[in-house]
Amino acid sequence: MDFDKELDARGLSCPLPILKTKKALNDLTSGQVLKVIATDPGSIKDMQAFANQTGNPLLSSTQESKDYVFFLKKK
Amino acid sequence: MESQPKKMAIIASKGALDMAYPPLILATTAAALGYEVQIFFTFYGLQLLRKDLSHIKISPLANPAMPMPVPMPVIVSILPGMESMATMMMKQKIKKHGVASLEELRALCLEADVKLIACQMTIDLFEFDKTEFIDGIEYGGAAMFLEFAGGADITLFV
Repeated sequence: MDFDKELDARGLSCPLPILKTKKALNDLTSGQVLKVIATDPGSIKDMQAFANQTGNPLLSSTQESKDYVFFLKKK
Repeated sequence: MESQPKKMAIIASKGALDMAYPPLILATTAAALGYEVQIFFTFYGLQLLRKDLSHIKISPLANPAMPMPVPMPVIVSILPGMESMATMMMKQKIKKHGVASLEELRALCLEADVKLIACQMTIDLFEFDKTEFIDGIEYGGAAMFLEFAGGADITLFV
């Protein structure tokens, strides 16, 4: 998937992955895509909740070996 | 989907390391989710507003639920140095697992416009000096906080 910005949140525990995601999204314009890589297993549900609450759609949520990869679109 | 931003009010009354985390983590997370958050720091919670947070400790004494690498009888936990050791071990664990430090969480709160309110009464009670606290905080009392808390969706006491 194409993305405009990548955030490496590996090694960070809750709530840092979504806090940094929020910050990274602030720098994007509407419609741009942010890629987030995290290792915190809690981030799967956190990202979903973040997407639901803030209205920035979670385009995909996958796992690549130890990493969790998310693509979010700025609303 | 979001008609009105939700509100969260937290009362932080404890100053030990294990009790410092819940208010700050919940506040920063809620702020990231779009909540309007205010934290009222009272009694020992005021310690969390000091410029220097290195003195925030955890004691193994009277903390029977604290996970320890070895069983710790109460009589050992009162020995000099045990508190510092427990604090140091806890901080190392926190760092090792990529959990944010208290300083980081507090800075994130301020960045996310979480309102940090220091209880004026407690300051007067313990005769604290305002210069010991960080900038960017407000000073207030229970009535002021209750006005916000009364309309909050989530109110927590820690």
